[in-house]
Amino acid sequence: MFWFGFLGNTHIPHRKNTAGMAAEKIAPPGEVLLPMSQHIGAPATPIVKVGDEVKVGQKIAEASGYVSSPIYASVSGKVSKIESYLRPDGRTVPAIRIVSDGEMTLSDDITPPEVNDLESLVRAVRESGLVGLGGAGFPTAVKLEGVKKAKIDTVIINGAECEPYITSDTRTMLEESDLIKEGIDTLKKYLPDVRSFIFGIEKNKPECIKKLKELFALDEAVRVATLPSLYPQGGEKVIIYNTTMRVVPEGKLPSDVGCIVMNVTSLAFMAKYLKTGIPLVERSITVDGSAIKNPKNLVAPIGTPIRALIEAVGGLTEEGGKVIFGGPMMGQAACSLDEPITKTTGAITALSIKESTEPPVTDCIHCGRCVEACPVFLNPTVFSHALGLEGKDERVARLEEAKLGLCMECGCCSYVCPANRPLVQNNRIGKAEIREYKAHLIELAKAKEGR
Amino acid sequence: MNEQLIITTSPHFKHPTTTQRIMLDVLIALSPAVIASVIIHGWYALVMIAVTTLFAVGSEFIFNICVKKTQTISDLSSAVTGVLLALNLPTSTEIWQCAVGAIFAIVVVKCLFGGIGKNFANPAITARVLMLLAFAEVAGGQLGGNPFVEGSHADLIAGATPLVNIDKLSPEMFFKVTPSIPEMLLGLRAGAIGEGCIVALVLGGIYLIVRRVIKWEVPVAFIGTVYLLSWLITGNALLALYYILSGGLFIGAIFMATDYSTTPLNRLGKLVFAIGAGLLTVLIRFFGNYPEGVSFAILIMNILSPYIEKLCAKRPFGGAKNEK
Repeated sequence: MFWFGFLGNTHIPHRKNTAGMAAEKIAPPGEVLLPMSQHIGAPATPIVKVGDEVKVGQKIAEASGYVSSPIYASVSGKVSKIESYLRPDGRTVPAIRIVSDGEMTLSDDITPPEVNDLESLVRAVRESGLVGLGGAGFPTAVKLEGVKKAKIDTVIINGAECEPYITSDTRTMLEESDLIKEGIDTLKKYLPDVRSFIFGIEKNKPECIKKLKELFALDEAVRVATLPSLYPQGGEKVIIYNTTMRVVPEGKLPSDVGCIVMNVTSLAFMAKYLKTGIPLVERSITVDGSAIKNPKNLVAPIGTPIRALIEAVGGLTEEGGKVIFGGPMMGQAACSLDEPITKTTGAITALSIKESTEPPVTDCIHCGRCVEACPVFLNPTVFSHALGLEGKDERVARLEEAKLGLCMECGCCSYVCPANRPLVQNNRIGKAEIREYKAHLIELAKAKEGR
Repeated sequence: MNEQLIITTSPHFKHPTTTQRIMLDVLIALSPAVIASVIIHGWYALVMIAVTTLFAVGSEFIFNICVKKTQTISDLSSAVTGVLLALNLPTSTEIWQCAVGAIFAIVVVKCLFGGIGKNFANPAITARVLMLLAFAEVAGGQLGGNPFVEGSHADLIAGATPLVNIDKLSPEMFFKVTPSIPEMLLGLRAGAIGEGCIVALVLGGIYLIVRRVIKWEVPVAFIGTVYLLSWLITGNALLALYYILSGGLFIGAIFMATDYSTTPLNRLGKLVFAIGAGLLTVLIRFFGNYPEGVSFAILIMNILSPYIEKLCAKRPFGGAKNEK
């Protein structure tokens, strides 16, 4: 009730400085660090030892479950260390360090996969190491396999790219439109139930919209949807509603409403892999931000330290600001310039000290800006209030009643808050509290059973 | 290379609007009304505004010191309360009464409830209502005087607000003795110093809407409701126009019914609040003992605000119904 047209309501700066810049390949870095968890799901299991010689595209870690993904060497050289790596989200995972020999020799195992039905397509995509390149990192094979369980009639290709600065998807759409077309053709062939393919692109990328419209002018199954330039268009539930008017219910998946959402760069990579057999070892990445001298789009091996990328764009204008994996709205701040980029890093954003310094937090003035900004109609003030309640049971009950689970952590509420309240930040704390509480309940139940 | 990096959680961007900026916008929006009040009612109006503002800001400053709270006067919200309070008082108010009103508004209505954003009733309105009930000078300037004043504008200003006349005279007689519509728009009539000049108030309202500080629906729905109901009850469209131009409707609808703390958070709730306030205003004006009802209407709606907010909340997108 009481909403019109599109979801998403927040104007944020675009700053797409690099939209017109073709991606440049960087010189191979001296070493790379490949964390075993670059995706949603179980971390991969290393299958190499310290001292092993590896080549580009050689598998160094095996997927360790249904929702998982293998990892490949992104440079040729020697495995120097298997260490533990503290991810920016606070989890620690094993990581393989490879010292490059500078040759970038391709592995001999690389051959294009044989694909002749859905089964073999899913197997090939699983082997490619492809995960959602837009940032979520959900293994693409698992998504495609969803076709077997639910009736999927729509594939949405996410080219919204709603974060400030990032233009790596823009460049994919402009430079790799042939691959995009091949990708669509492949999906058409092996997903016969799918009746429509919809590209969702924000209207601040008219070149991309024009290019794709021309490309698919004669194809009735493909539609290019122009989305408003209002953050967060790229959110999964948001783009599904804004392109198909379908509502993904609470606790359900896009496949429950007949949709698969795939990032446009993921689609292009899939097509490339089916042709060449080279797994996911490099990616395009935008390096920009108020502290970057010459912003650029780069293609870099996965595992490249941030430092090498920043050097490749001429360095920082000032030290001591923030360096972010991804864009300024949802990206995670890096602890050091030695941290590596992963499969899901679409951008490195370096902000100046001025832009990194937050204004003081003052009292909530009850203005309602956060409520209006929330793309899924939550009331962020309720969550913050609930966290202050006495008693864990009460807190969790109140958080769940107000539907904290629907929050996608897009950050619109915190962005618009004139008092700089930590709203989305509180939501994360609330979510952690619910998780903890539920884990505790399960433990209690187990203990009871055991007795 | 200095390797120190700043680490915070996302979002890393922030909209430039701050609480202080919002309150500054409200002060800017009030400035035409302040200027108009001085032109129409003389320098005493400026003295009143200065006194209420000074005492409002001062009492918040001293309160914060007494309770050892972080100083909050720089958010300018107490200055807004001060200016608004003065604009809602007639020139017959004594200086000391202005000071008492401002202290009451800030200390009792706002600070004791936890300060900005936590008070449930609008401080300026509550203080005005208190003064109306407590001080004869306030009530007199606002409502009393000779209802049969004729002739010059000066007399009119010194005399009654048209609302008093409306109740007592036939429409023909009423139009003869009250200011014309252009005079009403400019504020050449009796009443509180800031409520009269509709042009200045609307100017401020447009500024606030353009700056996205307030929602346009609120004043439009509030004033619209009063107009339609007055028209319905009197059966006279021109007379209904007097009803909306008289009293404190415009200042109330633009600056008080849009107060953040005391109105619902959600947009639908704000609209319901405005229509409800309009309805109550008309009920009090036509059927109550007081000729003016805007302040009372807003105050009553302030109390209902949390419930309106709850009832008007949007269902979260895709959210399942909660089991009760």
